Amino acid sequence: MTHKSLLTADVRTKKRNAAEARFKAYGLGAIVVAMLALALLLTSVVSTGSSAFKQTYATISVPLTEAKLDKSGTRDLAVMKKVTTIGYTRLLRDGIVTAVEELGLETTLSAKDIGKMLSKEAAATVRNRVLANPEIVGTSVEFKLLTNGRIDGYFKGRVTMESAALDGNTSPEELQLAQQLADAGVFVTTFNWAFLTAPDASDQRPEAAGLGVAILGSLYMMIVVLVLALPIGVAASIYLEEFAPKNRWTDVIEVNISNLAAVPSIVYGILGLAIFINFMKFNQSSPMVGGLVLTLMTLPTIIISTRAALKSVPPSIRDAALGVGASKMQSVFHHVLPLAAPGILTGTIIGLAQALGETAPLLLIGMVAFVREYPAAYSADAGLFGEASTALPVQVFNWTQRADPGFVERASGAIITLLIFLLIMNAIAIFLRRKFERRW
Amino acid sequence: MKDTQMTNAKISTKGVQVHYADTHAIKDVSVEIADKTVTAFIGPSGCGKSTFLRCINRMNDTIDSCRVTGDIRIEGEDIYDVKVDPVQLRAKVGMVFQKPNPFPKSIYDNVAYGPKIHGLARNKAELDEIVEKSLRKAALWNEAKDRLLSPGTGLSGGQQQRLCIARAIATAPEILLMDEPCSALDPIATAQVEELIDELQKSFSVVIVTHSMQQAARVSQKTAFFHLGNLVEYGDTDKIFTNPEDPRTESYISGRIG
Amino acid sequence: MSVSLILALGLGVLGYVIAPRRAVAAAGGDARKLAALPRQYGLNTLLAVLVPSFAILIAGSLAGAGLYLGWAILIVAFIGFAGSLFNITPDYRARTHAESWIKLILIAASVIAILTTVGIVFSMVFEARNFFSQYDWKDFFLSAEWSPNFRGNSSLGILPLLWGTLYISFIALIFAVPIGLFAAIYLSEYSSRRMRSIAKPAIEILAGIPTIVYGLFALVTVGPFLRDYFAAPMGFGDSASSVMTAGLVMGVMLIPFVSSLSDDIINAVPQTMRDGSLGLGATKSETIRQVVIPAALPGIVGAILLAASRAIGETMIVVLGAGAAARLSLNPFEAMTTVTVKIVSQLTGDTDFASPETLVAFALGMTLFVITLCLNVLALMIVRKYREQYE
Repeated sequence: MTHKSLLTADVRTKKRNAAEARFKAYGLGAIVVAMLALALLLTSVVSTGSSAFKQTYATISVPLTEAKLDKSGTRDLAVMKKVTTIGYTRLLRDGIVTAVEELGLETTLSAKDIGKMLSKEAAATVRNRVLANPEIVGTSVEFKLLTNGRIDGYFKGRVTMESAALDGNTSPEELQLAQQLADAGVFVTTFNWAFLTAPDASDQRPEAAGLGVAILGSLYMMIVVLVLALPIGVAASIYLEEFAPKNRWTDVIEVNISNLAAVPSIVYGILGLAIFINFMKFNQSSPMVGGLVLTLMTLPTIIISTRAALKSVPPSIRDAALGVGASKMQSVFHHVLPLAAPGILTGTIIGLAQALGETAPLLLIGMVAFVREYPAAYSADAGLFGEASTALPVQVFNWTQRADPGFVERASGAIITLLIFLLIMNAIAIFLRRKFERRW
Repeated sequence: MKDTQMTNAKISTKGVQVHYADTHAIKDVSVEIADKTVTAFIGPSGCGKSTFLRCINRMNDTIDSCRVTGDIRIEGEDIYDVKVDPVQLRAKVGMVFQKPNPFPKSIYDNVAYGPKIHGLARNKAELDEIVEKSLRKAALWNEAKDRLLSPGTGLSGGQQQRLCIARAIATAPEILLMDEPCSALDPIATAQVEELIDELQKSFSVVIVTHSMQQAARVSQKTAFFHLGNLVEYGDTDKIFTNPEDPRTESYISGRIG
Repeated sequence: MSVSLILALGLGVLGYVIAPRRAVAAAGGDARKLAALPRQYGLNTLLAVLVPSFAILIAGSLAGAGLYLGWAILIVAFIGFAGSLFNITPDYRARTHAESWIKLILIAASVIAILTTVGIVFSMVFEARNFFSQYDWKDFFLSAEWSPNFRGNSSLGILPLLWGTLYISFIALIFAVPIGLFAAIYLSEYSSRRMRSIAKPAIEILAGIPTIVYGLFALVTVGPFLRDYFAAPMGFGDSASSVMTAGLVMGVMLIPFVSSLSDDIINAVPQTMRDGSLGLGATKSETIRQVVIPAALPGIVGAILLAASRAIGETMIVVLGAGAAARLSLNPFEAMTTVTVKIVSQLTGDTDFASPETLVAFALGMTLFVITLCLNVLALMIVRKYREQYE
């Protein structure tokens, strides 16, 4: 055999090393693509959604003319309720036009167009205030009112002069006036608490739409899931991991649980619709049904992680407990379960996070409905968590189906809210895992 | 050391140190290993003998936290030189592992794997020839010739280890490193492999790590005794086992430590 | 009913308080003579009251027996109460009995998993049967036309929906499998520990993002982008929602799924196998391609099947990204629809559970369930067998 020096690479080795470098580059490329996708996804959501947390308000003084609002002068609510929001809209128009005139702003807009710069919701706001407090009729009161979606969009950069020129709902002149009003301090853009607390709003007033009902509904469902899924999941895991004989029957349960974890979520929606609503007559759109459906969906996740947590407790602990005369049940409840608790909690939180973001099954049980009333946790008619509600991810879907482009911002804003909740839950899970992690 | 030994040496190491994350696994080991001999590394477990063996074909490179310093030369060439490609080095320095680890492929493909990746055969006929020759050298041909296409994992433990030896031989190495090749085998299979090692030393220089002193005495001409990362004693096997110089070697041989 | 439930609860608590005293009294005041701790007598009585009561409650409300349920609960609770108190003697093994009750609870909990499957099958079979009594099954499975009409006379052929589902899943897998696999390979075989500790969680974040977020991403960003820069200039159409949009976004969603499953599977290949190959002078990539991947192949196939099952059942991404038009077309930039989209559209809004247009959703759901069930079980069996091989 001819002597080959190790110090010089032969042609073939060079080629092989090039192939090696290429292969490695593919791997790195795959990771870069995945990271880019993540970055793009988050940037897209944040850039379209962050403006939902800001809102432009107009602070104007509205003349609450008695002749318009309470002709009788009796302050009788039944009579005053006859004045609809249309009546209030005129007063609001007067208010804002006066504000424009007092500031001496030049505009070619008609009074009607100036009035339109306020949200349709504004009239309802004023009306509610008046009905709650009839004494203020006859005075001029300063209100902080929503501006309409286009004006709001202008201050957030979504609407521009160019897009306004093509838009039937606004015009460049309106935007110019809005800018002047903002310079004069009448229009102010502030943090939008109402987005997190207000209920949904109808098609033409995206600026008024909020997540209040959705957050409440999601909260109720999470309570149901936590209360049901955690104990049932843990009990099932303890049986399967510690007590069940290893036979065909438990094998079936095992495959069944793994399969349930991979069943499409929409199938659970069908289950909820057919069993809970059509057969057991639970209320449609109620957080109770949503919670039950999500419980069934989350159970496999919790069972799988709980079993892993139980499995990681070394058998020596069980032997030690049995060795001092504890029963099998006592060894599990006194020793194994406490040691597995951090793992179980982590798994549960991750399961809850999954449930919080789930949308498809909730569409089928009617949670996509338009709900403006805050659902009560308990009411005599509807029972526990029985009042119609919606949920965070469903609200997102709902808003994507609306025509006004202002709702895209709202939907993305809702997603940011959802992601923040998920982030908090996962952070807690990671914290628990770090804090209680044990190495045997 | 005498000059003659220096020139004869296939592998020579000087001042080799190996560190893992925070353990000092090999402390200043210098040794000369001759061509066409069997050299045994013995010592209690954890003494660094396997680590040192894995330095010779740079298998330690695959462990992130491992750092090797010092000088290891094969035929006078520094194998830790930046110009050396470990891939080429390992073709020249074959290795057989503790546990038989045939690939999940046919017997034929197991043996043909090395020649294929190194491009040693120009055509199928040559490859067939290499496979047959390697299997014959590994004393497996008679048992395997009728089932070349069945999976290598279907063989018995001893056969699997001989398959791994055949696989290592097939790349035409000059040195064969064996890391406790019999520790997972029963006595009969062990005897077969030992017989094979005897045969192999005619064509290769064989370095074998073993935890069994009897095995070292049976198969090797030279023996190195490692203890706590130090090379305590190195010399002719006969001498080490009958008349060791170092008291630690003596304690080990007589069973007081290890 | 809720009254008797509260009464049963009260009875249980009462038993928990009295039973230990009765037991100690039975032993002549010396608790050490008892076969179990006093409080275990209490626990036994508590469970003997509550477990049967709740069992009756659940069974009863499932069967829809409203009126007598309250009485039944009360009677069962009382029997449990009286029986367990009557049984108390110093030799009575209260702990063993209490533990049998607990075990019963544990078993009941694990049966819920089975009941869920039964519930799924029932809910779909029942309504799907109604559907097939009104609509010929041959037309459903073999017709290439889908045009529901709420005034009747609909064509409800599943083929265009299946086509859309499979086409989108195919694109998603074409995208996700190589990227997920290469990412897993890089992370487990090449990357430094530091990089792994950053990249792995980052990829896992993708897995934790709800699918509605991906749906919105498809609707707002990916769809218009593909339309403006690919479909429209190349003359493939001008629809923002398309097979490509949904497929790509779904692919992104599947990357972490494929990569974490493959990562587990690649790590299960024993290190000795890699050493064997490296020791022969193979490069890392040769080792991976010719030894690690072939050894891991069954597991990887299982992972891909699971990913496929997930792609087929995915709903929100296709609802927002794929479109609503049932179409049999090869053009990936055209809007098509899927089985899941149609389940949602037929079951939301005004539904009439007597009309085939609503009931078809259950037949669609059953088809979807059967397809994913087959994929899941096959995949689970392959992966399980694979794991056993290296254990």
